[in-house]
Amino acid sequence: MRAAGAILRKDLLVELRTLETVPAMALFAVTVFVVFHFALDVATLSGQLAAGVLTATLLFAAMLGINRLFVAERDQGGFDAFLLAPVDRSAMLLAKATALFVFLVVLELVAVPAFTLLLLARAIVPLLGSLALVLALTNVAFAVIGTLVSAIAVQGRARDLVGPLVALPLLLPALIATARAIGPVLALHGAAPPGRWLAVLALYDLVNVLVAYAVFDFLLED
Amino acid sequence: MRSRRCAGSVGSGLSTDRPAISISALARRFGERTVLAEVSVEVPAGATLAVLGRNGAGKSTLLRILATLLRPHAGRVAVLGEELPRRGWAVRGRVGLLGHEPLLYRDLSGRENLRYYARLHGVAQERVEQLLAAVQMTARADEPVRLLSRGMVQRLAICRAVLHAPDVLLLDEPWSNLDPAAGELAQSLIGADCGATRVITSHDPESALAEADVVLALRDGRPSFVGQPSGLDTGAVRELYA
Repeated sequence: MRAAGAILRKDLLVELRTLETVPAMALFAVTVFVVFHFALDVATLSGQLAAGVLTATLLFAAMLGINRLFVAERDQGGFDAFLLAPVDRSAMLLAKATALFVFLVVLELVAVPAFTLLLLARAIVPLLGSLALVLALTNVAFAVIGTLVSAIAVQGRARDLVGPLVALPLLLPALIATARAIGPVLALHGAAPPGRWLAVLALYDLVNVLVAYAVFDFLLED
Repeated sequence: MRSRRCAGSVGSGLSTDRPAISISALARRFGERTVLAEVSVEVPAGATLAVLGRNGAGKSTLLRILATLLRPHAGRVAVLGEELPRRGWAVRGRVGLLGHEPLLYRDLSGRENLRYYARLHGVAQERVEQLLAAVQMTARADEPVRLLSRGMVQRLAICRAVLHAPDVLLLDEPWSNLDPAAGELAQSLIGADCGATRVITSHDPESALAEADVVLALRDGRPSFVGQPSGLDTGAVRELYA
């Protein structure tokens, strides 16, 4: 835990210094919402269509963060320095996934209000609790899968291509569950997210956390 | 707080009879290319091994194998009595690597970098301040690494390599980018009297031989000489770099 805490602290400090990742993610999301606002031939969105737009936008914004997750380690020798330390390799997984989760939360703090303002047919405040629950579960999926995929991609060539090519299919179950869970929440009369889809998301997160923990060591070793 | 370990066997748990580094018929490939082949050498605890050879001879690869960053493809490698790669986990934290790259995050300051590595290695933060003072970097320690000169970065990299008081130091051209004054400062940390078993590579054969207890000369990944420095004459050194 000490090692994971040290890596997380370092990552958050680097991001605060450089502002290379989170602003880019937020700007991308807001830009997409602006495009949809003018491109879709409807004044406002609700229900499943709104859920689809929000989910897809968050997905592609998350990919920006995923692609950059291990860049400093690759370019500045952080991998080697970490491998020289007498710590559990899974500390890197925990730290990076947590950092990505934090970046996604900050992204959503910007993206959800922008989405509400530009596209949503109703006020967001009464829905915040339900929406936050679904997005939290989705963020876990993005964080875990994203960390695994980023660790694979960063060590090869064409890493900016490999990341999305591998991550998008793996994230498909989470994306479907997210969109189906958020749809009723964003409907005109609003409803709680269906328990079935929340359960799918939670189970998907649990399985991927276990798989990630099992395989991550091998991704870092020669 | 961890104290600096003394030379060789004292404090390291290593028998004075067992070499700190033992390599037998080591081989390593990258794809079709053989980078190291039939490399064998033993380094007693507390001694210095100088690895000589032209660019591409396999020197850095050898250091990375000893650091457990690369796996040997053949042969036997043991560091501090632990066979690699099977027991690599037992060696990590007891080996310090100073490679071509400083392994410092450019957007963090020197102090922040060292504090990060101190947390990773479970070393007290006071050690960071001690090392910064030892290399006279305290005044510049809060500037981002990307703004520092190469010599200053090398000093910080030396601090990083010795932060956890390793028993074995792997030094890939350690004196590069250091002016004479900085080199003097670094002597107490990575010099011959620092107490650790050292493996040094250098493009300056004379200075390397002056520090060495054992010499390994590599030519195209294969050993062309293994033994004491006195056994390697000027002609042989010239031929090695021809």
